[in-house]
Amino acid sequence: MLTIQNYVRAESLEQAYELNQKKSARIIGGMLWLKMTHIRVQNAIDLSGLGLDTIEETPDMYRIGCMTTLRSLELHPGLNAFTHGAIRESVCHIVGVQFRNLATVGGSIYGRYGFSDVLTIFQALNASVELFAAGIIPLEEYAKMAPDRDILIRILVPKTTVNSTYLSVRKTKTDFPVLTCAAAQTPKDFTLSIGARPGRAVVIREPHFGSAGTFSEEDVRAFANDVSQNITTGSNMRAQAAYRTHLAEVLTRRSLLTLKGGSL
Amino acid sequence: MNLTINVQVNGCKIEESIAPDLLLIDFLRAHGCLSVKRGCETSNCGLCTVFLNDTPVLSCSVLAARANGCRIITLEGLQEEAAELGGFIADQGAEQCGFCNPGMIMNTIALLRENPDPTEDEIREYLAGNLCRCSGYEGQLIGIKNLIQWRKERQTHA
Repeated sequence: MLTIQNYVRAESLEQAYELNQKKSARIIGGMLWLKMTHIRVQNAIDLSGLGLDTIEETPDMYRIGCMTTLRSLELHPGLNAFTHGAIRESVCHIVGVQFRNLATVGGSIYGRYGFSDVLTIFQALNASVELFAAGIIPLEEYAKMAPDRDILIRILVPKTTVNSTYLSVRKTKTDFPVLTCAAAQTPKDFTLSIGARPGRAVVIREPHFGSAGTFSEEDVRAFANDVSQNITTGSNMRAQAAYRTHLAEVLTRRSLLTLKGGSL
Repeated sequence: MNLTINVQVNGCKIEESIAPDLLLIDFLRAHGCLSVKRGCETSNCGLCTVFLNDTPVLSCSVLAARANGCRIITLEGLQEEAAELGGFIADQGAEQCGFCNPGMIMNTIALLRENPDPTEDEIREYLAGNLCRCSGYEGQLIGIKNLIQWRKERQTHA
């Protein structure tokens, strides 16, 4: 079970960063995953007093504090209008409302979990992360890095996307996904993010499918087939690799056709 | 190292020295709130639902230390509202073993405060995090819909 020697409600990010440099320290987000670990934590650092639980909108981007709950993402009118409901769709299947009232976006992104719906959608939206020491780096890059002792402060979502969609397959409601697929268009680019492969979500870009481009159903089928053949899938207790590969083709095709406004 | 917290549980102020890894569920049960049940240990079942500053959360996944300064409500603090809903669920024979009822009732109260007239899909979605291993959920769903209808009729006649 998880044991904690000291609970520290951080008074500043500087203090939190300093305390977090020791290997025995942990930043606590929603604590839902941490709670299930069997580790001994010297200092459990709580960022909940630093006002990082808000979603700010600027003319260029959404700035989402690391302590923002998944439920706040789900209910945020601006973010959901901007993503055509894709943000809501990406989190509303995660366990239950009480769980999403605790789970934080920072905890989900910092963990870079393979099963993460949150990582999948924010990668498609070309988000960046703001880190205390390393500054701002693209989420796609952050997702490939090994966890370190830096502190994730915010997720930054540029307002460049003009259309987006989110799809996932689950064997039962509220379970981890078998495969996740988020797609977003800017006028001149298209970003696809496929997660729960079961590895971490990967990004594929194809400028041809930008919102200003024209493409046929045949183009979509060919692209979806390419995607499914080129991403790595694996097997676990929820599905076999071959099934995930098949789903990747289906979800990619459906995502593009949804964005195009066509039939599935 | 122990720390001192100040919380309000069902309207009563409590100041206590606690261990830093004490979970809110254990704190509440130690203070007589036995409606708060431990079920899955994986934050999935909803049995331990309480209101933390009016928001439904899983008390098995919150450090008591983090609740410092907060207002906590358990089923014991919502007797009248809970009895009303519980009656409609019992009418359907959906209380069965009763283990999931406190969490289910807490979360239904949260739903109806947020959305007094939810659709069937909205009820199903909101309660997706409350597991019941006896009933198959239909009884609870009918009971909740009957309660909503009864409230509407009461309002019309008032």
